Amino acid sequence: MAITKKDVEYVANLSRLTISEAEIEEYAKQLSEIIEHVNRLQKINTADVEPMSYAVDLKNVYREDINEQSIDRKKVLDAAPDVEKNCFKVPKII
Amino acid sequence: MDLHYKTIEDLHGMLKEKKIKPRDILDDVLKRTDDVDPRVKAYLLCTKELAYKMADEAERRIMKNEDVTELTGIPIGIKDNMVLEGIQTTCAAKMLEGYKPPYTATVLEKLEKAGAVFTGKFNMDEYAFGSSTENSGFFTTHNPWDLSRVPGGSSGGSAAAVAAGMCIGALGSDTGGSIKQPAALCGVTGMKPTYGRVSRYGLIAFGSSLDQIGPVTWTAKDNAIILKYIAGHDRKDSTTVNSDVPDYYKNINTNVKGMRIGLPDEYFIEGIDNEVKQKVLDAVKLFEKNGATIRKINLPHTEYAIDVYYVVATAEASSNLGRFDGVQYGLRNFDADNMIDMYKLSRQKGFGKETKRRIMLGTYVLSSGYYDAYYKKAQKVRRLIKNDFDDAFKNVDVIVTPTSPTTAFKIGEKADAPLTMYLSDIFTIAPNLAGLPAISISCGFDGKNLPIGLQIIGRNFGEQDILNAAAFFQNETDFHKKRPEI
Repeated sequence: MAITKKDVEYVANLSRLTISEAEIEEYAKQLSEIIEHVNRLQKINTADVEPMSYAVDLKNVYREDINEQSIDRKKVLDAAPDVEKNCFKVPKII
Repeated sequence: MDLHYKTIEDLHGMLKEKKIKPRDILDDVLKRTDDVDPRVKAYLLCTKELAYKMADEAERRIMKNEDVTELTGIPIGIKDNMVLEGIQTTCAAKMLEGYKPPYTATVLEKLEKAGAVFTGKFNMDEYAFGSSTENSGFFTTHNPWDLSRVPGGSSGGSAAAVAAGMCIGALGSDTGGSIKQPAALCGVTGMKPTYGRVSRYGLIAFGSSLDQIGPVTWTAKDNAIILKYIAGHDRKDSTTVNSDVPDYYKNINTNVKGMRIGLPDEYFIEGIDNEVKQKVLDAVKLFEKNGATIRKINLPHTEYAIDVYYVVATAEASSNLGRFDGVQYGLRNFDADNMIDMYKLSRQKGFGKETKRRIMLGTYVLSSGYYDAYYKKAQKVRRLIKNDFDDAFKNVDVIVTPTSPTTAFKIGEKADAPLTMYLSDIFTIAPNLAGLPAISISCGFDGKNLPIGLQIIGRNFGEQDILNAAAFFQNETDFHKKRPEI
């Protein structure tokens, strides 16, 4: 299999996901199937090809550095699961 | 009066002549919704109160003859991945159940300005990950032509709602085919505009280099009406292109004499339904009979589009979905006593199976040691795919293909086989990787009375070309006038 159970555990941790033992097995199988399909790309010669990130030509956009009205703080905090003193509250970090 | 199955064009005429009022249309659409939505299940949220308020505002404008547009008083539904201030927006994800966004998407501001009436938010595959709405965190939408079948996805709610007469027009979003494929499976007209044509501000991101919002309606002309109001530069989305928005509707020209139509060999392959192939070729003949030139073309990298897509789109998705961390909005698990576990438990609880699958696939192809082999490789092949189209468009004006290799499949048929499900998007993915606009229209029905979709692809910013071709076809045929019996 292209993707082992260990790979799935590794990637799940990087993705900040917890998954059950049964799911690990299932995902290893399904992701392997997809990656094996994707491996067809390896046979294409892309030696002189520039990678393409966007379909249209994009330039960085600048604007004047001036104050503007942003979204109301209360409205933003109202959508948060846990708030204290006008801040997002999270479990202890340090 | 039976208004829910009329077009925007017809209703606008009736409103202008004061034969009807915006409330009449809304009453009829909502009554229809009460009748059929328990079976179709397209709406995640019907915003009845808001809709009547907007209908009254439209009525006021019409009476005063002030700022009346083709959309004034027209009931429009919204795929539930576009934010509307104060109205629950979920992306059909448990993660966002109850989330009321503090701002409104640019497209919705524009539609409101044009006087449209918002009927509610439509079901979809969670985060737009899917081709059937079976990945919705809440329920599966049913195809109005056959309730045992899927409506396509991810904008399945939008397409099914139009097909069932529960709104007059809808917005969907398209990353790998999420407007075009459900439009095909539900027998309606849906367009994915050129990348950069419509602002993505307020669209919950899936694949940022691919996502684009577009219209779903019965006709190409109605598509043109919605597109002209939602298109244009937006300083809040730096990928929108700063060029004038033509009046796509008034500019429609249905004379296809001299139009050069490309027919790519690679889109008429083994595995496509015979009936689908036949109806698409019949459609091509109709263009030819009316003066269009048909040219065989080749898009040699087509078969790799699906692989490129599932690397690029999942990589972008895994990065975009990092924002769902249980801190600023959405679901939070309160059992964890440290930050990492809080992330993990919140995401575990809030994300569905397909979402986790895509996040892990995307993380894998971006992870150290695999980045060059998968992500960079895919980006290079993406350029080859775009080059194929660039070469083709030197000799043709539009490209015609089937939208989907099959008609609507049964609910559950592909649910446990992600790869098979992914393959249902093979014809819509390549043009999306190249950023191209494309429209899907109904070009007939198979033996089971299920609609068949025809995809017309244009060059970048060639929306007018594909609308013209689609409008021509609808002038000559009646497929877009057929309604499902539910």
